[in-house]
Amino acid sequence: MSTDSQQNITHSPALEFKSSTFSVPVLVLAGNDVIIIEQQLQDKVNMAPEFFKNSPLVFDLQELNKHDLDIDVAELTKIIRKLGLLPIGIRGGDAQQNQQALKLGIPVHSGHTVAASSETQKQQHPEPESQAVAATTTMITHPVRSGQRIYASGDLVILAQVSAGAEILAEGNIHVYGSLRGRALAGVQGNTEARIFCSDLQAELISIAGNYKISEDLNGAVLNQPVQIYLQNHTLVIKDI
Amino acid sequence: MARIIVVTSGKGGVGKTTTSAAIAMGLAKKGHKTAVIDFDVGLRNLDLIMGCERRVVYDFVNVINGEATLNQALIRDKNCNLLYILPASQTRDKDALSQEGVGKILDELKKDFKYIVCDSPAGIEKGAHLAMYFADDAFIVTNPEVSSVRDSDRMLGILSSKSRRAEQNEEPIREYLLLSRYSPDRVKLGEMLSVDDVQEILSLHLLGVIPESKSVLNASNSGTPVILDEKSDAGQAYADIVARYLGEDKPHRFIDEKKGLFGKFFGSK
Repeated sequence: MSTDSQQNITHSPALEFKSSTFSVPVLVLAGNDVIIIEQQLQDKVNMAPEFFKNSPLVFDLQELNKHDLDIDVAELTKIIRKLGLLPIGIRGGDAQQNQQALKLGIPVHSGHTVAASSETQKQQHPEPESQAVAATTTMITHPVRSGQRIYASGDLVILAQVSAGAEILAEGNIHVYGSLRGRALAGVQGNTEARIFCSDLQAELISIAGNYKISEDLNGAVLNQPVQIYLQNHTLVIKDI
Repeated sequence: MARIIVVTSGKGGVGKTTTSAAIAMGLAKKGHKTAVIDFDVGLRNLDLIMGCERRVVYDFVNVINGEATLNQALIRDKNCNLLYILPASQTRDKDALSQEGVGKILDELKKDFKYIVCDSPAGIEKGAHLAMYFADDAFIVTNPEVSSVRDSDRMLGILSSKSRRAEQNEEPIREYLLLSRYSPDRVKLGEMLSVDDVQEILSLHLLGVIPESKSVLNASNSGTPVILDEKSDAGQAYADIVARYLGEDKPHRFIDEKKGLFGKFFGSK
């Protein structure tokens, strides 16, 4: 999201702009019949009411516009709000739809859409048939061996071990559900909010947004333990989970 | 359907050639027509271990270059007539091998043989790469010490990313762990990694443990694969490995220390 660097340079500023990335469900529309949309959305919400309650949502009109199907953005927004969701953005809309959205206080997100289906929702989505992990998550099911290097532009989830001499890098978070013996670098593009989660910490090196610790710096209390690692005041904090 | 087995390790001196010779002989003895190929061009050893060094006329590189046919180069083993050896060239280096040439030879062998065992050279360079590239199964030979284990791990990474099966998105190579030169006594003293330690690092299916044994050196010096020495523990270990590979259910042996005479009388500690 956008950053603004204009700051009041008097004494300690009362505010600060920071850039962060959020994972938000995207509602990709394939039909323009608002009655059907309302019905199907209601069904989805009913399946996981807790998940959808007050959940932010971006709606994506790219598919519709590809097929020249128009939709009343005001009407759509009304339905989404009625079902307890909070629309926070429009994506893939045409000029008129974007204008309409802005009038309703809904920001316009840049048009490029990942070719994803309606399954592009949060991974903890309890709904069984759309268990698909969000498009920005890279999932590795086999062991990452010594000498291998894996780079993920979003989150990285590894369901096996990471051997000594292997290197895993992610712009987002890293999860390792096996022994982590290699190097793990999260937030490699500077995301200081990124975290590393692992079920058995034996890493050669851990790093978040360039702040790193080597194996020697890890004390015995955290070694071989399930931990999470995050950044606090430019210092890596290792905490058991 | 023929299967190509690569015997590899990354590290040198762990027992790849000994293993290649033993399992090729074991498979042939079980009635499967088997070929064993020495990929260590320039450092030819397999012929010595197989005891056919005085019968080498043509070699692997000659066949690749079209200077000899495969049948001219294959040497029939004197102990088992279902086993054939394709020796490496001693006067050339690994650059004499090409992916296309190796692929062609393997395709031709696949028509006639049930198992093709590729004895990989050490390292991860061209020779080792070509030895594993076409494999269906991989026998990872590892010694119970940290550098060997790490090199094996590296090799496993290469198998899963740079082999033909990986490149063509086919079912991955089946990987098996062979832990060689294992000495339970030294494990107990803490001088050697245990089977469990190695398993934990590599998380790999254990096909068998080969104990450190004098019979291996004797077998190498006399040019008979150690598996033919049925009285030796190493020979039996390889026989078990071949049987397990072929689907037989054999309990693992040679993992626990041998009890000496006193141990038997007084019980082990």
